[in-house]
Amino acid sequence: MSGFNKVVSSYQEAMTGLTDDMTIIAGGFGLCGIPEGLINEIKSMGVTGLTIVSNNCGTDDFGLGMLLEDKQIKKMVSSYVGENAEFERQYLSGELEVDLTPQGTLAEKMRAGGAGIPAFYTATGVGTPVAEGKEVKQFNGRDYILEESVTGEFAIVKAWKADKIGNLIYRDTAMNFNPMAATAGKITVVEVEEIVEVGELDPNHIHTPGIYVNRIIQGSFEKRIEKITLAKN
Amino acid sequence: MSLNRDQIAMRVAQELQDGYYVNLGIGIPTLVANYVPNDIEVMLQSENGLLGIGPYPTEDQVDADMINAGKETVTAAVGASIFSSAESFAMIRGGHVDLTVLGAFEVDQNGNIASYMIPGKLVKGMGGAMDLVAGADNIVVTMTHADKRDNSKLLESCTLPLTGVACVKRVVTDLAVMEIKDGAFHLIERAPGISIEEIQQKTAGKLVVPDDGQVPEMSL
Repeated sequence: MSGFNKVVSSYQEAMTGLTDDMTIIAGGFGLCGIPEGLINEIKSMGVTGLTIVSNNCGTDDFGLGMLLEDKQIKKMVSSYVGENAEFERQYLSGELEVDLTPQGTLAEKMRAGGAGIPAFYTATGVGTPVAEGKEVKQFNGRDYILEESVTGEFAIVKAWKADKIGNLIYRDTAMNFNPMAATAGKITVVEVEEIVEVGELDPNHIHTPGIYVNRIIQGSFEKRIEKITLAKN
Repeated sequence: MSLNRDQIAMRVAQELQDGYYVNLGIGIPTLVANYVPNDIEVMLQSENGLLGIGPYPTEDQVDADMINAGKETVTAAVGASIFSSAESFAMIRGGHVDLTVLGAFEVDQNGNIASYMIPGKLVKGMGGAMDLVAGADNIVVTMTHADKRDNSKLLESCTLPLTGVACVKRVVTDLAVMEIKDGAFHLIERAPGISIEEIQQKTAGKLVVPDDGQVPEMSL
């Protein structure tokens, strides 16, 4: 069984091999479902020149936004970066390269990348700045643009439960981009709330099969909430 | 009187039909959920991976793992399902969502929409808006008719980077409801007490008023 045991015991071990100028595919939507400890580790490693593919870039002081402080990120591929003042500053001053990518296209780029599909056609972005420089092709009288998929040297993922061989279950909307990110890394590292023994998870309920996962670490999560909204009265 | 945000949402809610799957964007569109008529059922889709958005949580129910696309804490409605972002946009791009409501900076008379960036000023990103406008047949845009300096947002041609091309069919503003077809805004309803002249004056694009000059007031 040990050949499949992917549990590592430290964050250093979890991110071993990450060096300057690599591409990281990251799960998460805003601050929801982000691998908090892995991001902290990347920050303390001090690697720079990173390309990060993630729907958002955290906030100024939490999540991927923390990597902006020390200018570790060279390029972000994201759909929405509105919650982050430092991001906006670095982008407008030209320090940070940003490839604004529609959210569905971003998810599909990860999915396709992990599935061995190098590119796909989509109607999303036709006639907009997103289409600039991309091949346009008509199918059934409608225009579509060719979008290339993405993969990374690393993928960092947050899951709810994992067994020791990397079968994953996500919880609620903390799933978001994590299942696609998990498929798109040469080395996929997963930070989870709970690690269970092999056999404890119902095979029918696995979201991400362990074949995609290389390393698992037990995390502890702050789970910061961006906007607490409550029922009235 | 021009409509306030809630009144715009109330008017948009009249576009809902029983059995609709609906995606509501951030801002005024989100408020539409408060005005779903009692005699119909709709299911709200949140593009971060939730079909069946429930009410906002009580303090005890707040869960960091359960948010909507505006990153607000929500609950799951009875009958909800949860899925990945790729699945979420499969339903959006694949045309399975019946109605999309979203905000915009500008809309033009050919149905083009600009909603995601002001060059050199504001970087926000398009989020899921480009996928939504490319995938939906039925798109309603909510916005104020003019900006704070009274510049019209309903244009002959959008000046900002586009979110989508020839996709918007209906616009609900604080002054009017308009349908976009044949290269013009067709005035369908006006806000209570708002004159056709005022709407005309604040619409920079081509506005078509019915031949008989009769435009009903919205009933809210």
